[in-house]
Amino acid sequence: MLWNFKKKKHPEYWETYLHHFEKKEKTNLDASRFVALDTETTGFDYYVDRILSIGAVSIVGNEITVADAFEIYLEQSHFDPKSVHIHGILQNSKKHQISEEDAIKQFLTYIEDSILIAHHASFDIKMINQALNRMGLPNLKNKVIDTMDLYASTRIKSNFIDKSVRYSLDDIAEAYTINLMDRHTAPGDALIAALIFLKTTTILKKSKSFKLERYFLKSNRF
Amino acid sequence: MKNTIAERIADFIKSFPPFDQLSKEDLYAIAKEVNITYLEKDKNVYTEGEAPHDRFYMIHKGAIALKKEINGKLETVDRFDEGDIFGLRPLFAKEHYAITALTEEESILYGVPLATFKPLITQNRDVVDFLIESFASNTENPFSKEMHGSLYDNRLDVVANDKELFELQPVRYTKKVITAKAETKIKHIGRLMKQHRIGSIVIEDDNIPIGIVTDEDLRNKVVTGEHSIENNVSQIMSSPVLCYPKGVSISQAQLTMMKHNVSHLCVTADGTPNSKIIGIISQQDITVMRGSNPTVLMKAIKRSKSTKELRHIRKKIMVLLDGFMEQNIPLTQTSKIIFELNDATVKRIIERCILKMEKQPPVSFAWMSFGSQGRKEQLLHTDQDNGIVFDGVEENELETVRDYFLLLAKKVNKRLNIIGFDFCPADIMAKNPKWCLSLDEWKNQFNQWTSNTGDDEILLSSIFFDFDITYGDASLTNQLSEHIFLITKNNHLFLSKLGASALRSASPLGFFRQFLVEQDGEYKDFFDIKKRAIMPIVDAGRLFALSNQIKNINNTAERFEKMAELFPEDEEFYLSCSYTSKALLKFRTKHGLLHNDDGRFIELAALTKEEKMKLKRCFKTIARVQELIKLKYNINNFM
Repeated sequence: MLWNFKKKKHPEYWETYLHHFEKKEKTNLDASRFVALDTETTGFDYYVDRILSIGAVSIVGNEITVADAFEIYLEQSHFDPKSVHIHGILQNSKKHQISEEDAIKQFLTYIEDSILIAHHASFDIKMINQALNRMGLPNLKNKVIDTMDLYASTRIKSNFIDKSVRYSLDDIAEAYTINLMDRHTAPGDALIAALIFLKTTTILKKSKSFKLERYFLKSNRF
Repeated sequence: MKNTIAERIADFIKSFPPFDQLSKEDLYAIAKEVNITYLEKDKNVYTEGEAPHDRFYMIHKGAIALKKEINGKLETVDRFDEGDIFGLRPLFAKEHYAITALTEEESILYGVPLATFKPLITQNRDVVDFLIESFASNTENPFSKEMHGSLYDNRLDVVANDKELFELQPVRYTKKVITAKAETKIKHIGRLMKQHRIGSIVIEDDNIPIGIVTDEDLRNKVVTGEHSIENNVSQIMSSPVLCYPKGVSISQAQLTMMKHNVSHLCVTADGTPNSKIIGIISQQDITVMRGSNPTVLMKAIKRSKSTKELRHIRKKIMVLLDGFMEQNIPLTQTSKIIFELNDATVKRIIERCILKMEKQPPVSFAWMSFGSQGRKEQLLHTDQDNGIVFDGVEENELETVRDYFLLLAKKVNKRLNIIGFDFCPADIMAKNPKWCLSLDEWKNQFNQWTSNTGDDEILLSSIFFDFDITYGDASLTNQLSEHIFLITKNNHLFLSKLGASALRSASPLGFFRQFLVEQDGEYKDFFDIKKRAIMPIVDAGRLFALSNQIKNINNTAERFEKMAELFPEDEEFYLSCSYTSKALLKFRTKHGLLHNDDGRFIELAALTKEEKMKLKRCFKTIARVQELIKLKYNINNFM
């Protein structure tokens, strides 16, 4: 039992999380649970900046269950007053705040082995992975889809449209006339991403050659 | 855990009955249990005969039609809009659904579980009363806006489309009644009418109608000099007022108006002139409800005060179009009428948006429509293709001026989308800085496309050269079309390339004279009438127009008619081209109406033999045009 010594001992919640991935062969993707998420952070530096809040909603079938929404706010050690005007979260606001470890614990319990969806997903996932790594844990194991990629595929492919254009959440929400009431709160943005996911996949599924698996991001992206 | 999404949902539902009767805590408790469903157009929420779901639905976005099979035909029995609730009664009655609910547009629905809703409302008398009465009135739609607050309404179940029952439906009356007091001066009455763009004002005393004054009264009694504009309105008003309770049927209202020779009826609480005013019915309302009269729709567009209103009018325009097609009215007339109505709608939106800008445009400008709309060939809802051209300004002011127009365009594009013109997937819209240009910038752009021409430039030219002014200063668009003729005249290279592209869409018939159908995708085995038939003939029309300097004619059929005039020796041929373009457009429109889409893809199996023959005749003409282009423009070098 040599490997047992070599293996680093991880906390129980991580083992429970890993356990979800050992389930039997994946059945139909349509029946899977998807989790659309968004993080608000103190800034855009993966090493210095920290997560302020995580918001998420789950999608099963074509439905978003509001009762199954996820929303947490983290205690802050690092604080960048420059980003307050975007997310509106002050260092000691009245929202119930929890430690980074508790946040990650709750988040892992929530996502299980669901397929994660986010707009510009590699940023959010990388921020979460950084938090995991700080706690001595490896990266997330979940499959990840970027709604930007889905949206880009629904656009007409033509030379006179700039292919490198990066569509912001606002651009897409406007094109799809999705309400922007809760922009820049993690749960609000997560809901917008979820709606964009439902809408783009409905459009894309009309083509027989569509395979959602093709949109899974490569793990080296985060 | 805090649930921001549930809070927002609570915010949304609280403005609509019956949720407006509930406390904040109850609303939040309901919102937390909601499921959000996204459904594309033409999907069933539930189907006739299906066991009831555990939840009923509220429309957050979109529209739902309730359909029922009546005498073997699927009839729309009711329609719901944003904020309306449906599918509640079967849950209470524990019955299977008796009616199918179908999305008429793509929709986002909130599913509210009965298990959460029921205990909360049983404690609330107001809601319970409302429910019982609504159910008793035998409507599937207890909370639609029209029904709000109406307890004994005997609304019939079948809506406007059904012509036979139409007459018996209750009139939809105007609830916002403009009133004045008896001692109001006549001149003030005139101003009120102008301000609200209405033709009648009810004179009230303590909310009881005591008289009515119409524009006719002003004409007959004031303009003639009989009364001074300084007099009190009581001297010219008609009294007593004809009153009815709400729920009066269309035919009854109409008969009363004819009998008494009046154009307005007052709706009061108990139907007598002794109770409170709750609305007014005008002859106009009745004709608008019929929705079969373009002039009435035109008036309604010009008077419209909200995007939502315009959206309803647009739906009526589609009903009108459907009727035209059914009655086989010549397409030339049909498309002109529909074009005018569409055009007026867009104009009205731009007008309203300029007002919203709270600043007049800094320089003169024109709103241009491209593509099928520019050619006046847009009958069904299709994408928006538009742009702005504005007058030249100094270099240092250019961007400030452009910012104004971009902001205006953003507003207009958004509202066009709401009323049913989808956003252009290729971003050819005025809100795109690339297509919001000054006159000189447009000219430069066109110069580039015609002097350094590749495939993309040809494609762009074929979209942008067919423009039509929708709003603003026509001298700008005229200068632009002059310019196009200037730079394409004797530009043989460009014309040849344009010709080559007109031939690119292969002949619609295969070697064995069968139809070429799509190989893959959603429309596998369908025939793409736009790509394979309409585009070649439209391209050919544009090519001929440019090379023969035919100005100010964008419509394909008219372009060919002009060609027939210019070349009498080939008159017959060009006229057949003109006919073909009309026939194809009609085909597309018919199929679009049938399937409630843009009609681009046609299911061959659904065509009758006669239709197939007709299509094939059209293709023969297309083949002949393509032959001619090959010869005339020396295309072989470019193929």
